[in-house]
Amino acid sequence: MLRLDCPFCGTRDEAEFRCGGDAHVERPGQDVSDATWADYLFNHDNPKGLHLERWCHVFGCGQWFNVARDTLTHEIHAVYYMGEAAPERYR
Amino acid sequence: MKGYSAFSLIRNALQGHRHWQPLWRNPEPKRSYDVVIIGAGGHGLATAYYLASKHGIRNVAVLEKGYLGGGNSGRNTQVTRSNYFWPQSAAFFDHSLKLYEGLGLDLNFNIMFSQRGVLTVAHSQHEIEMMRRWTNALQINRVDSELLTPAEIRQIEPLINLHSRFPVVGGYIQRRAGISRHDAVVWGFARAASALGVDIIQQCEVTGLDITDGAVTGVQTNRGDIDAGKVCIAVAGNTSMLAAMAGFRVPIVSMALQAMVSEPVKPCLNTMLGSTTIHMYVSQSDRGEIVLGGGADAYPSYAQRGGIPIVEENVAAVLELLPAFSSLRLMRQWAGINDITPDTTPIMGSTPVRNLYISGGWGTGGYKAIPAGGDTMAYTIANDEPHALIRDFGLDRFERGALIDEGAASGVAH
Repeated sequence: MLRLDCPFCGTRDEAEFRCGGDAHVERPGQDVSDATWADYLFNHDNPKGLHLERWCHVFGCGQWFNVARDTLTHEIHAVYYMGEAAPERYR
Repeated sequence: MKGYSAFSLIRNALQGHRHWQPLWRNPEPKRSYDVVIIGAGGHGLATAYYLASKHGIRNVAVLEKGYLGGGNSGRNTQVTRSNYFWPQSAAFFDHSLKLYEGLGLDLNFNIMFSQRGVLTVAHSQHEIEMMRRWTNALQINRVDSELLTPAEIRQIEPLINLHSRFPVVGGYIQRRAGISRHDAVVWGFARAASALGVDIIQQCEVTGLDITDGAVTGVQTNRGDIDAGKVCIAVAGNTSMLAAMAGFRVPIVSMALQAMVSEPVKPCLNTMLGSTTIHMYVSQSDRGEIVLGGGADAYPSYAQRGGIPIVEENVAAVLELLPAFSSLRLMRQWAGINDITPDTTPIMGSTPVRNLYISGGWGTGGYKAIPAGGDTMAYTIANDEPHALIRDFGLDRFERGALIDEGAASGVAH
């Protein structure tokens, strides 16, 4: 069971949240190649270890936020707001 | 390799079972191989077996970081079915089902394949209508399927509760589908491949790939460097990590899929019974255990254990359909790490690196594909062109927008 710290509501069980996948993915311009566009749309780093990801508190405040989490141990290192850069040591 | 037969069983019994041979050799890695396959699970071993048996390529090594069949090959729920919506998927998975039908004889190893049928139930009129469309598509794909009324479903599965929270209003069955023994499939392929000269090397983790001028030339491992003419990645769940070693990204997210078994009871469940709406499937193993599974934990994970909320959801769904099981105790629960692709179709074939092949993205349904995956990958590696059945499964389909979206079409999640 994951317990996530919603920055707006506090600590809640994972059942209240939905994971929205990779954070900080930047959309390329429209004049890029099919390969670059497909890379943006479909590909993931999918690391074993530290992962920066977006979560939404769907059964709570409905707000999105970022989480730095370890995909192997499930340890949550940091929670930070949308639009904010990841804390230096987790970049 | 000594063949198994009723006669060999009697002879060994009379000799006090002292003369059985190990199933496969445990050689030291050689310096060089024609083909190195990374991952000694079902797909890796089947690929090696068909390379040796069909294409005469026997200077092959299968490298395994842990123990043989210890990943998803030993963590799945043993289901084989071919009820896929799209023609490419149906052709591929039905080829696999047909290979399963003859696999025991082919490998001279009893895989205990039991074609008891996969029964999927529907809980609303809308779902029945979609199911009618689905079974029609299956029949056009020449895969057997039969719609069932609630009364017919009760006839097949007397324990079912048709008046559950979401009442059962119908369903369909693929009678040729079934379950087998997953360890036997892995051991059977390993034994047959080893007998043909394939080196299976366990406790050998690949730590890097040697790539020169855009072509792979070997692998680095914790047991030394090994030169290779060709390399195939077959590492369910870890595909992204191996792709990263090769310098490219793949459209895969790794997620944990759980399964669990109850204490053993007498035969009481006749098919593999599933529901896509309440997200559960359940069958009974030859040992009598009730095997249940459902959806994946919905976030990226490499932890082979799974979270409690999914256990709760899964068990609740099973008990709603089969209330009699409420008195059973769960004995074990585990998880495997699945490669989830955007269209839930596997990724097979060549990669941006020459002589490097990939068999991954098997999602939650790799077990059923083991023989066909091995057969078609062996062809692809031997001829350096995709087998006709997997031409549309290449990594390049994402760039072309040619996805094969089985997500909505086939069984639970995959």
